[in-house]
Amino acid sequence: MQITVGVNGESYTRDVEDRLLLVHFLRDTLGLTGTHWGCDTSNCGVCTVQVDGKPVKSCTMLAVMADGREVKTVEGLETAAGLDPVQQGFMACHGLQCGFCTPGMMLTARALLDRNPNPTEQEIRVAISGNLCRCTGYENIVQSVRWAAEHPASAEASEGVSA
Amino acid sequence: MQVPAPFTYAKATSVEHALSLLAEHGEEARVIAGGHSLLPMMKIRLAKPDALIDINGLAELGTIRIDGDALSVGALVRHADVLASPVIGEHFPILHDAEHVIADPIVRNWGTVGGSLCQADPAEDLPAALVALNASGVIRGAEGSRTVPIREFHVGPYETVVGPAEILTEVRVPIRPGGSSAYEKVERKAGDWAVVAAGAAVWLSGGTIADVGIGVTAAGAEHYGVPAAEEFLRGQAPTEESIAEAARIVGAGVNPAADQRGPEDYKRHLAQELTARALRRAIARAQGGEV
Repeated sequence: MQITVGVNGESYTRDVEDRLLLVHFLRDTLGLTGTHWGCDTSNCGVCTVQVDGKPVKSCTMLAVMADGREVKTVEGLETAAGLDPVQQGFMACHGLQCGFCTPGMMLTARALLDRNPNPTEQEIRVAISGNLCRCTGYENIVQSVRWAAEHPASAEASEGVSA
Repeated sequence: MQVPAPFTYAKATSVEHALSLLAEHGEEARVIAGGHSLLPMMKIRLAKPDALIDINGLAELGTIRIDGDALSVGALVRHADVLASPVIGEHFPILHDAEHVIADPIVRNWGTVGGSLCQADPAEDLPAALVALNASGVIRGAEGSRTVPIREFHVGPYETVVGPAEILTEVRVPIRPGGSSAYEKVERKAGDWAVVAAGAAVWLSGGTIADVGIGVTAAGAEHYGVPAAEEFLRGQAPTEESIAEAARIVGAGVNPAADQRGPEDYKRHLAQELTARALRRAIARAQGGEV
């Protein structure tokens, strides 16, 4: 089936097999390998992307179901103003170790902050409860999201990071 | 890589269109909404539909509203929408209790109320909550709509009364004064299926329990209910003694299976204990106490 999917602000029209999963459409068809592919059972959350602004585990959505929708992946977090505050926060607070869960964590965190710009630690923990970090680095991940909440503008965020 | 077997995909543009697509593709066609139960089952060939009819575009099925003396929840309403609805929280705290512990927030963004009911997993949470509330499902087919009590909706594991050319369109929950409700679940980890969970709704009148609904999931209870416990409680005072006896009847009335989530006796114990906790909390809420 021919589908047209907006990904990070660009429109892509492709002919795909009906059973192609969104995660493989992003990684293999479009070459956007920033979205990771993990458990394949909608448990681990490493494949989390945003579809129409809502986080979804892209191993559990068909690419054809994303037809006409707008997808945001980790490649789309950075803007002309610089890295997203969430990305800055992960740098500033050592929010990643092996990095496998990081893209999904960041897309979930971005959606949380869009909805709730000043979440409590508990709200952050609930929001990321569908994203597993097997390095168990949750403490720093939560701090990274809090950092992003405290530095909402990218430009301001850049000053806080001496990378 | 886990990939579903090939199937034909069609996007429905209205309920009528979905019904005609289902009729056209025959008995092995399935409706897909959130897909968060169906797609994982298709990946491991527990489900192998010939065709998927995508109803995600049917906005008419996505509303939450008060309709007369009932709450109407469209089949396409997402779990996250139920959780975010103050109207639902006000009338039926059991649904917010349950939604907090259904899967995780990302899955709740896409999984639907109708999907939970039609998937009919024996450990599904919403059927138990809706059994406690005496809700009904509205099923539409080519001939029109019919309304079925949720207590008669499930005919076995993964089986419902919804026919191959029918769609569940709406869940209706009667709003009655003087009551409240609660849901209690034990899970191995955040977002997991229930080891066992129980929900209770009570209506108090003049110091006694005028009516009560109890739903239990993951415990092998037929239709997610133990009516004998409800029959016992009607007319009783809402005391620790009557709660304990009703919970005992539930524990004796369920038929759990041992699996990786626990042995049979542990699950029976949970059914009893969680029923007691749910009843206690529902009564406290009905009395205007604990929220």
